[in-house]
Amino acid sequence: MADQIVYIALLIIALSIGISMFRFVKGPSIPDRVVAFDTAGIISISVIVVLAHSFGRLIYVDVALVYGLLSFIGVLVAARYLDRGL
Amino acid sequence: MNVKAVFLTTIFGFLLWLGLTLQVDPYNMAIGGVVALLLGGIFGAKSSWRDLKLTPRSILAVAIWVVVLMIEIVRSTIDVMLRVIAPRVRINPAIVEVKTRLKTKTGRLALASSITLTPGTLTADIQDDRLYIHWIDAQSTDVDAATREIVRKFEKHLEVIFG
Amino acid sequence: MEMTGAILLLLASIVFLVSALGLVRMPDVYNRIQTSTKATTLGTILAMAAVAFLHPDWTPKLALVVLFILLTNPISSHVVARAAYFKRVKLSDRTVEDQLKDKLEG
Repeated sequence: MADQIVYIALLIIALSIGISMFRFVKGPSIPDRVVAFDTAGIISISVIVVLAHSFGRLIYVDVALVYGLLSFIGVLVAARYLDRGL
Repeated sequence: MNVKAVFLTTIFGFLLWLGLTLQVDPYNMAIGGVVALLLGGIFGAKSSWRDLKLTPRSILAVAIWVVVLMIEIVRSTIDVMLRVIAPRVRINPAIVEVKTRLKTKTGRLALASSITLTPGTLTADIQDDRLYIHWIDAQSTDVDAATREIVRKFEKHLEVIFG
Repeated sequence: MEMTGAILLLLASIVFLVSALGLVRMPDVYNRIQTSTKATTLGTILAMAAVAFLHPDWTPKLALVVLFILLTNPISSHVVARAAYFKRVKLSDRTVEDQLKDKLEG
């Protein structure tokens, strides 16, 4: 029973990544796209951790941490580029 | 030499190491301790930890601040959910100016981050002691009234922590 | 134990869904940043708590993920809002006042 609920939750999370990707594609301005990408990135951190639970591997949580770190730096670089052109 | 900052950096690095490795055998702890001490000695004195005060009162203030922040995060998410789900999006946005009494850079950063996590407010810019805040449902555009509404609840704790 | 974790995860997924919907429904960048930051922060906390219920021995590492999200999420939203403002992305028509503009021009 608990497993089924986890699958349903993963489906809903996948749907929300899809919706934020809609904003990423449509976007009108560049900051809109950056925000959509950032949101999708943070949601994927949770997806990776839930997958770590499904596979029963602790090491995947480290993947989530590193992914979060890289997406944070990516957003900072994008914003800095918009602000002053690197 | 700033002993407090070195000490705090070392402790933080050691706890980070323990959390990342999740092994508590003596060998692992010895390696983590040595590396944390080394990093604390090299980088600690100039890190943001030196803005932190270390008194019984400030430790209590950190605890209260974390509790207040958690309550505000839950409140703000419920607030956002109600706004998003409503048939017509209910907003009244404005960018307002507020003042802060905090002096240190780390204190202002903590204040800006706390404000971003409270219901309906987002820090857009900081210039010295003025913060510019995007308010999704502006109650008043007067500087002092907005300051009372947004800043005070965190500032009184952060003042004890950072000064 | 398992059931609590699964229900918390379901709650987290609904919060994520709301943040994505907010991204689509809000009229300008600043409002979108607001909804997405707040909801994803709480959603991540809930999801980590859920996995901590499912695997109690992972708790310290999950707490690190939460700490990391709490530190970085407000900063990245702040940085994007600032960049958007100085890039002169238009505020929505429903904005009542803009004191930062008065400050920069006056």
